[in-house]
Amino acid sequence: MIQKVRPHPSQNEPLLFERSSPGKSGYQLPDLDVPAVDPAEALGSANVRRDIPDFVEVSEVDVLRHFTRLSTWNYAIDLGLYPLGSCTMKYNPRVNEAVARTEGLMWIHPFQEDPLAQGALAIMAELERALAEITGMDAVTLQPAAGAHGELTGILMVRAALEAQGNPRKKILIPDSAHGTNPASVRMAGYEVGNITSNERGMLDAEALARTVDESVAAIMITNPNTLGVFEERIAEIARIMHAQGALVYMDGANMNALAGISRPGDYGVDLMHLNLHKTFSTPHGGGGPGSGPVAVKKPLEPFLPLPRIQRTASGWSWNCDRPQSIGRVRAFYGNFGVLVRALAYVMAHGGDGLKRATLDALLNANYLRKLLERHYQIAYHAPSMHECVFRHQATAAIAKRLIDYGFHPYTVSFPLIVHGAMMIEPTETESKQELDLFAEALIAIANEFQENPELVSTAPHTTRVAKVDEVAAARKPVLRWSRL
Amino acid sequence: MLDTVGATHLEDLYAHLPPEVRFHGSLNIPAGKSEYEIIDYFRARGAENANWHANFLGAGVYHHYRPVLADAIASRGEFLTSYTPYQAEISQGTLTAIFEFQTMICQLTGMDVANASMYDGSTAMPEAAMMAMRITGRDAVAVARTVHPEYREVLGTYTRHQGVRVREFEYDAETGQVDLASLEQALDESTAAVVIQSPNFFGVVENAKQIAELAHARGALLVFVFTEAISLGLLEPPRDADIVAGELQSFAIAPSYGGPFAGVLACKEKYVRQIPGRLVGETKDASGHRAFCLTLAAREQHIRREKATSNICTNQALIALMATVFMALYGKRGLRELAEQNLAKAHYLGGKLWRRFKGPYFNEFAAATGVRSPQEINRRLRDVKIVGGLPLDRFYPELKNSMLLCCTEMSSRTDMDGVAEAFGA
Amino acid sequence: MDPENLRYTKEHEWLRVEGDIGVIGITFHAQKELGDIVYVDLPKEGAVVQQGKTIGSVESVKAVSDIFTPVSGEVLETNSSLADTPEILNSDPYGSGWLVKIKLSDPGEAGKLLTAAEYQAYVGTESS
Repeated sequence: MIQKVRPHPSQNEPLLFERSSPGKSGYQLPDLDVPAVDPAEALGSANVRRDIPDFVEVSEVDVLRHFTRLSTWNYAIDLGLYPLGSCTMKYNPRVNEAVARTEGLMWIHPFQEDPLAQGALAIMAELERALAEITGMDAVTLQPAAGAHGELTGILMVRAALEAQGNPRKKILIPDSAHGTNPASVRMAGYEVGNITSNERGMLDAEALARTVDESVAAIMITNPNTLGVFEERIAEIARIMHAQGALVYMDGANMNALAGISRPGDYGVDLMHLNLHKTFSTPHGGGGPGSGPVAVKKPLEPFLPLPRIQRTASGWSWNCDRPQSIGRVRAFYGNFGVLVRALAYVMAHGGDGLKRATLDALLNANYLRKLLERHYQIAYHAPSMHECVFRHQATAAIAKRLIDYGFHPYTVSFPLIVHGAMMIEPTETESKQELDLFAEALIAIANEFQENPELVSTAPHTTRVAKVDEVAAARKPVLRWSRL
Repeated sequence: MLDTVGATHLEDLYAHLPPEVRFHGSLNIPAGKSEYEIIDYFRARGAENANWHANFLGAGVYHHYRPVLADAIASRGEFLTSYTPYQAEISQGTLTAIFEFQTMICQLTGMDVANASMYDGSTAMPEAAMMAMRITGRDAVAVARTVHPEYREVLGTYTRHQGVRVREFEYDAETGQVDLASLEQALDESTAAVVIQSPNFFGVVENAKQIAELAHARGALLVFVFTEAISLGLLEPPRDADIVAGELQSFAIAPSYGGPFAGVLACKEKYVRQIPGRLVGETKDASGHRAFCLTLAAREQHIRREKATSNICTNQALIALMATVFMALYGKRGLRELAEQNLAKAHYLGGKLWRRFKGPYFNEFAAATGVRSPQEINRRLRDVKIVGGLPLDRFYPELKNSMLLCCTEMSSRTDMDGVAEAFGA
Repeated sequence: MDPENLRYTKEHEWLRVEGDIGVIGITFHAQKELGDIVYVDLPKEGAVVQQGKTIGSVESVKAVSDIFTPVSGEVLETNSSLADTPEILNSDPYGSGWLVKIKLSDPGEAGKLLTAAEYQAYVGTESS
């Protein structure tokens, strides 16, 4: 057998600290055109640091090679199918990257006076309008930095709106299939969590809900389609039940990629919702961020949107901070502007019809995979799938790792929690039939391997640069930084 | 494919939805545009912003040179288009880079542990305050008025419904530093954290050691905030702090009208179980080779749900990567030289103007505008294509006729002379 | 496999009474469900705890489980070896993997807990 060669430089790239040698550097500053200042004199010697012990000292080539080598150790959507359920790993168009680096957009300071930032404000206003149209809502804030940040913003608005009526109420209802950020966000907004269970079809039970809701309930947080990839068919009825009790409906829009152009939450009783621009609107995940989580609301909630708001006046676009009912600022400045630019580029490239077409293709891809796999894996719920499908298998974690050997990124493992052994698969509209067929063939082959040679599956992956990583050892004795031995 | 799924038209795929939830119209969004048209639109919008070479605004966002490698590396598809590194075996690139990031942040701040980054500085600060409350079991936070005003507003929004009492304490009108007597008055046995920023909003360096002593004497933790990361190249690190929260925008991250940026959250070793956000740890693979993975995830929301340390479930990986590239390029010597250039530039302009505060300053300072109003000065500067400073009465009503000015390595002597001239100096 | 001389809770803790002292741990079933245990959070010695309340937590890589004390009283001692070797909770849950010792304030509480047979029957129904 041919062995992997261990000293292969690009496979065994050391840490930057291990590459360092004293005196090396990768920068060149211009000559100072003003007199130098003695730091000790200007700042007081007690305020001046002597050294940054063990800090990096490498050349420019060192830096470029180092990170290029590291990059080859990653899987990415640019390399292939990335079927993480509820994460919407779709193609990140490069035109988005190009326009985000437009010189006149990159260098705008957030405290530039409004007349000196008209282009930036126009872009944000245009995106607000498009998102309101897609969701069927009346107003949008672009400030939240991520989906979870949008959830917190939204629930704070629920509280402010109910408080304005005299009683903020006590709890928020959350289905057991929800993402863990929902309950965590609710706690941060000072609410208790009321857990509700899904029925045997994987949907919320309107009758059971009607019995649960009383005047202590502030709102329900519904992910729709839910994390099983199932559309909550009774959502309009649920909204009527909530509204009859004076409670609000918050929709987690993480799965909006199933709805854009075919279903608008604002049309059937949803009062407010967040969107994940890094999912539905194709901005890159970047290995974990940055994201953006705008919140869209119906008219009655508009006064409570975070500060500041874009407004149009006779002299052009400007920021309005004079909004006494607002929940306040949820972050400094106005949002992840660079991400907003990318999202607007995506909307422009598609147009209204293109957005709908992308949704339909996402639905087709998910249902096609479901059909190919149904005979080999057990589907968790028989309800029709939207943009993703959830199977179950006792060895979900091992099968996921074995997929890596076949050249694919694993699906979402063990989520949602209500499905024991969940395998949650979301192909997105990006994938062609050829890619989907290859992926299905891989999963079917693994199902057979699991019967014939379970050891092969349980010890996977076998072809990666590092073998199976010991997460238990990492957590028992955390080593969270490099140190000189 | 339609045959396989048993459909005739694509529309059949959602025919099971009740009519009342289906959208029957077409979206009022113009038809899809070509790449060329899209680029043209954004170019036109870009031209509508002040796009001049000289900008003297600071106040939490700084104009620093961005080495080209930052974009070159962050544009690699393997970094740009990968997800959170949950599958360690095929995410070692991102995981290794984050481990290096965590290490560098510890080296710069003097803390033992740093997480994989937060949304930005303004959200890292309230997370630090809430972390201090969990550690101490106390419910009040004392925050200096010299902390960035928008950060303080975010703290208010975050803590309002969690039973937290936020008290602000004053600054000394002469030095621009924390007024220690006011701080002492704000402290009691319920204080979980004292929050200061240094260099503070006025650009003045605070006496962190002395403030730490006062906080610790009352059993409170010191949360140290920074918005100008370049200062860490020259200033003594906040060793006396318990938690450090900061903003890394200065490290190769474009101002981009306020985001995306990357926040820092770092702390002493003993508080590691209370730090929110992602952490990368070193371990081994099945063959005994070094490998990295996300760790201590049990603190996080996807496991703990409503008992989690925070709802945050992202870091700013790509932005933190750019900051890591920046730190690697400048390195030990470069970061110092860069900080010294910032210091020299700010002191050149500061020496020409009447500064409001006597405390030591790094690359920002509050200038008194004298006969002309800040608005009048900025108008004059606009005529020569210079973006002036921030009128301070926007956030501090008592500071009329004052302007916050920032000078970096990108401020030329000619432009600084231009600013001094607009002041009438 | 669950020792006959211990008492159990539906939250999967066990209790061994030694005079007026109660020794508490988690069951074989609990550690198996959690998987490899990486961290144990225990109360401070001297803390006064109340039956049924959370006194700490047990963490694996993928899950966290609260520890509910089966009896009330004062915490006399916690198992300090768990800090460095949490894995003994997996290898020896009824022995060296004990969690805390409590000075019982109401010895009658122990009698109301499940017997080994009752606990096994309960685990049987829960997992089916």
